[in-house]
Amino acid sequence: MLRWLKPVLALLTAVVLAWVLNTKQGDVPPVARLLSPYSGFWQNGETAADFPAQQTLRLPGLHQTVRVRFDDRRVPHIFADNDHDLYYAQGYLTARDRLWQMEFMTRVAAGRISEVVGERALEYDRFQRRMGLPFGAENSLREMLKNDTTRLVLESYAAGVNAYIGQLSPREYPFEYKMLDYAPEPWTPLKSALLLKLMAWDLSGRSDDLRLSNILSKYGPEVTRDLFPNFPFRADPVVPNGAPLDFQPLPVPPAPPVPFAAAISGLVPSREPDAELGSNNFAVAGSRTASGKPLLANDPHLQLNLPSIWYQVQLHGPGQNVYGVTIPGAPAVIIGFNADVAWGVTNVGGDVLDWYQLKFKDARQREYWHDGRWKPVRRVVERISVRGRPDRLDTVLYTHHGPVVYDQNETVFNKQTPVRHALRWTAHEAAGANEVLAFVKLNHARNYQDYDRALRTYASPAQNFIFASRSGDVAIRPNGRFPLKYAEQGKFILDGSDPRQDWQGWIPMSQTPRVLNPARGYVSSANQHSAGLGYPYYLGWDYAPWDRAHRINGQLAHMHRATADTLRVLQNDDLGLNAQLMLPWMLYSLEGTKESSDCYSYPHPNSSVAVAMRVLGQWKFHYTADAIGATIFELWYQQLTWALWEDNFGKQVTGLDMRYPSRDRTNRLLLYQSGDGANCFKGASFWVDDRRTAQQENVHNLLTASLQITMDSLTRKFGPLGPKWAWANQKSTDINHLAQLPGFGHADVWSGGSPGSVNATGARNGPSWRMVVDLATPVRAYGIFPGGQSGNPASVYYDDMLESWRTGQLDELVFLKAADENHPRLQAAWRLEK
Amino acid sequence: MKSFFILFLLIFVLASLAQLLLPWWVVLPICLGLAAWRGGSAGAAFVAGLLGVALSWWLPAAWLNGHGAGLLASRVATLLPLGGNSWLLVLLGGLLAGLVGGLAALAGAWLRVRE
Repeated sequence: MLRWLKPVLALLTAVVLAWVLNTKQGDVPPVARLLSPYSGFWQNGETAADFPAQQTLRLPGLHQTVRVRFDDRRVPHIFADNDHDLYYAQGYLTARDRLWQMEFMTRVAAGRISEVVGERALEYDRFQRRMGLPFGAENSLREMLKNDTTRLVLESYAAGVNAYIGQLSPREYPFEYKMLDYAPEPWTPLKSALLLKLMAWDLSGRSDDLRLSNILSKYGPEVTRDLFPNFPFRADPVVPNGAPLDFQPLPVPPAPPVPFAAAISGLVPSREPDAELGSNNFAVAGSRTASGKPLLANDPHLQLNLPSIWYQVQLHGPGQNVYGVTIPGAPAVIIGFNADVAWGVTNVGGDVLDWYQLKFKDARQREYWHDGRWKPVRRVVERISVRGRPDRLDTVLYTHHGPVVYDQNETVFNKQTPVRHALRWTAHEAAGANEVLAFVKLNHARNYQDYDRALRTYASPAQNFIFASRSGDVAIRPNGRFPLKYAEQGKFILDGSDPRQDWQGWIPMSQTPRVLNPARGYVSSANQHSAGLGYPYYLGWDYAPWDRAHRINGQLAHMHRATADTLRVLQNDDLGLNAQLMLPWMLYSLEGTKESSDCYSYPHPNSSVAVAMRVLGQWKFHYTADAIGATIFELWYQQLTWALWEDNFGKQVTGLDMRYPSRDRTNRLLLYQSGDGANCFKGASFWVDDRRTAQQENVHNLLTASLQITMDSLTRKFGPLGPKWAWANQKSTDINHLAQLPGFGHADVWSGGSPGSVNATGARNGPSWRMVVDLATPVRAYGIFPGGQSGNPASVYYDDMLESWRTGQLDELVFLKAADENHPRLQAAWRLEK
Repeated sequence: MKSFFILFLLIFVLASLAQLLLPWWVVLPICLGLAAWRGGSAGAAFVAGLLGVALSWWLPAAWLNGHGAGLLASRVATLLPLGGNSWLLVLLGGLLAGLVGGLAALAGAWLRVRE
């Protein structure tokens, strides 16, 4: 018996070791399968032979032959003879480069990450489902499949993706599948719809209703109106004041006579949503350009990830020849141009997401009170698959408003979301909406009328669609489905039992704010307020600060004989308007004058405050990568804001979840309501004083203390004042892999810009695509994104555009007329045949 | 010494061929069987299994490291973390698989010795 012991023990050890190395252990990938040169990541390498200059691929389901040319950035230029083949090829080629990313993002949207990573994503998945992203995607898909055009587009695209998936053997799966140990599943049109809902979540899923309700109940309507006004002090709206109204506005529903006093909600605050996430677009008319034809520029600011969020493509088919960027997983071009027109988008900050406080009949939550009677709650059971665990079931309650995102006092995943409130959100509403149709029509557009018709079915997320045409038109409109609201409806939590507080219909699509060929010769947007005070409808109150918009408009107003490069330079502009506005006052107030010398004196010349003042005094408000002034100012201003508001709006002090007034309101208070050093700040606003302390603070105390904190904290972080304090180090722009894999992204990209500059590059967000189009004949266009066409981290095309992006350069985009055209930058010609 | 080389070569060739079609852990039965059939001393069998299997990984991994997979390998070597050194990753992968092969060959040799 004993003689068996040794061999059996050795064999057992070998088997256990093999099993351990072959199995995913928690977050550790199956090491041996990953490292095997026969089937692991080594098989994902890319050589020249993997990308032949000529080849014919046999693909099931194609109707005719499709020709594809690739340029030196690996952009596919697809030439098809029918729409089916065109979108099939788009799906096939996009999947070839981005399969893992597009499939993973649909799982993010659908709340299906637990299937891949296990229980730790369960709360995330529940949240996505309770927010109703899959619900909205299914509603949206139903509408899109009713339309013959979009059904063909979506189904052909899916067939193309599936043709690629069908070719793959496990050893050919993209790297991330091996890393996370799962397999791709078949593509469906629902997944494309899910991606659009994910965009809607990113761009319109934020809400301060809960915080504003808490502020209203703590400070009352007067203070709320004063500190959280519906229109900013400084404004430069997308559609400027004085734009003529060419329509008869609908009557606005009456506001309820007594404002609703929502219950105080005691949720814990979380990190604030990134208020600066946004975009720029601008177009100049021929009167201001060298060619006499319009120029158009667009740079959407999104989270910077690898694989890149965008994928470039040229689509040539019956009735269209369009170039631009697409969202991997969704058909058609989202931002782009053709020989006649160009268009682009920025986000609209309008309020399209509201919360309704519910009154249930009893703890069973089967009925809720509305319009004087009990109405039934619809219960939907969500089944969530969890890797390595049994499925989890989650019952979501739906009212006529929308889903109850949280129905218990339980762990709250997203702290913005109030407890036991129903969510009404445009991303759930699909009647008459068809975003894919809007993009397909834009891809075909020849003129302003086509643009106008295309936008009618575009609902969510609302975007500022900018437009320019070769025939000379420039236009912009904040476009989407906007609920028809009384003033301030949905600024606070609404009463879910009062039918007067329901959404009462929609602003007609023909009455969204708009401007065509304004006398000033340019149009632009940068997420600021949509319209001036002359616009008859209430759209929302909380938009991005005016800085970028005002800088853009100021520069455009001086443009003459502009070229594409003039617009490129503006895209890279790094002037900080907030610094330009506030810093001179901050320094002046700190330093004081003869008149203020009774009240306070100049800081000691050797003190760090005085050193900082000298550095700041020489800084010209440009956020260049090496600017030290930018580093000090940004932190100083942030500390100052904190010192001003934290005692009255901070959770730790007040016990309530609230928010600070906007930057615009903060600046107004500091500049005009904080008193005057000449009389020792008598009559300063009540808010300046730190009410936690016994003595009376004035703005000079706040400025000094916040600058002192700034210098101490920067010294701790970077050492003594010197080149290490460069703005790029403080800002620290990181471009990370979607799955946050170390080694697969780029940390600390050395670049200028700031969230408040036109070049809105921040820590994690920034220009995700920069495009400039010159609508001369022939049209010439330029573009870049911080990454590359390939999603394969083994490929040089994974991040080959990053360096050009970092230095503010653009590639000329190769726009072909025909499949057999010669162009020096073309590298490969493929045929896809049935 | 001769029997060691024969065993090592057999393991290397058979493991390389088998892994072209079958999962990597096929090296386990291969080493077990070959060592039970031809193995000499236990120590020699272990080393033959270790090196035979390791070589069946080292050669293709080293080749792929120079032919298209080097960039990805250095990223994976950053992730693991091996300081971004893709050659360390080549070495480590072969040793892990080799360890399984060596243990299986050891078991095989012990089986044979006792019979």
